[in-house]
Amino acid sequence: MKMDLSLYITYWPLLLKGFLFTLYICSIGISLAIIGGLILYRTSRINLFITHWFYSIYLSLFRGTPLLVQVYLVYYGGPFIGLELTAEQVGILGLSLYGAAYFAEIFRSGFASIPKGYIEAAEDLGYSRAQILIHIQLPQMLGLILPPSINQVILLIKESAILSIITVAELTTSAVTMASETFSMVEPYLFLAVAYWCITFIVAKIGSWCENRATIHLQRS
Amino acid sequence: MLDFGVVFEHADSLLNGLWMTTWISLLSILIGFIFSIFLCLGRLSSHTFINFICRFYISAIRGTPILVQLTIVFYFLPYWGINIPSVMAAIIALSMNTAAFQAEILRGGFQSIPHGQKESAWSYGYTTFQCLYYIELPQVLRKTLPSLTNETIDIIKNSALISTVAVTDLMRITQVYSSTTYRPIEFYVSAALLYLLLTSCISILGRHIESRLTKH
Repeated sequence: MKMDLSLYITYWPLLLKGFLFTLYICSIGISLAIIGGLILYRTSRINLFITHWFYSIYLSLFRGTPLLVQVYLVYYGGPFIGLELTAEQVGILGLSLYGAAYFAEIFRSGFASIPKGYIEAAEDLGYSRAQILIHIQLPQMLGLILPPSINQVILLIKESAILSIITVAELTTSAVTMASETFSMVEPYLFLAVAYWCITFIVAKIGSWCENRATIHLQRS
Repeated sequence: MLDFGVVFEHADSLLNGLWMTTWISLLSILIGFIFSIFLCLGRLSSHTFINFICRFYISAIRGTPILVQLTIVFYFLPYWGINIPSVMAAIIALSMNTAAFQAEILRGGFQSIPHGQKESAWSYGYTTFQCLYYIELPQVLRKTLPSLTNETIDIIKNSALISTVAVTDLMRITQVYSSTTYRPIEFYVSAALLYLLLTSCISILGRHIESRLTKH
């Protein structure tokens, strides 16, 4: 077994394209997942039988089944009910719906951690709903929800490798193409592992920096 | 339009696939658990080299997608002249993956035990192994059981990926039948429901064991 580094010279445009596409699809998918999680959480707060029911069904469905099954269902089953999406659209849709279920639970734990009295006190002082959210709730829950959120972001980035199976042209797809065209195994897969590792490492570092900033008032000097 | 009768015609094969998914996942969890105890002790040890190796392993496994790990195990072993059936490769990859995650879960448990307990065990003349087996592990297991249940569910869901390396698990069988019968919606919905059934059983079982263990 020996490394042939010249392969990288031939294939770097393909690999770079895949790398950037992974970043692109993850950033859109994860942003939508966070927004979706918030909406889902707000829905569950509406005091109706149907919303509680919807919330628990949604959560157990999306958290209890593999992302691969969900993506396959939409990608191959969709056209039968008139839902024709490209692989990229299915990928983004899958990541955001799947992630939303996890983010909703994270938000729920965050909001639940703030005593009711704080919000009542803020209401008495004449704070509006938005002000309560920005000045009272968010700063307090940030330290609590940041670590699981960063964890979830990393998980979703890793899950995005699954999208290569439905032919989304992302990082894993590039590496697999390179492997099958050059009949070499070591170089493409080594690059693949290192590239994902770098992405997740950087995300984790940014995450712990944000966490430090958010909990600065709790730290002893 | 939807016709689930087709699914029932192939129910036997689907259930076979479900069984395959179940035993592969549970076996991997078990192997991974045993491996993770050593990994976790290595991670907590003061020996620089062992500590570095364990840290590196955990970080590398947790930082890369399981699909990549699976592909590497599946294609690299034959490349080095080791020929094993694809089921074995799947079990190796899943166990290696879950070991790293379980090691981090256990580390939290081990660190939560006050140091005084270990010291008193030593003064009673417990060996390191006895201390681990009688004092530390029971407490760690009780504390980390919810996380371990979650990890089991994650592995069951991730095991859908072993279909890509030609293991005839639930996902693979679903793929085969959905393309031969041309009824993807029915088959993938059924597969989703079967996975849901399996993961719900595990979470109920986990909660049951948890309530048994924390009775006192």
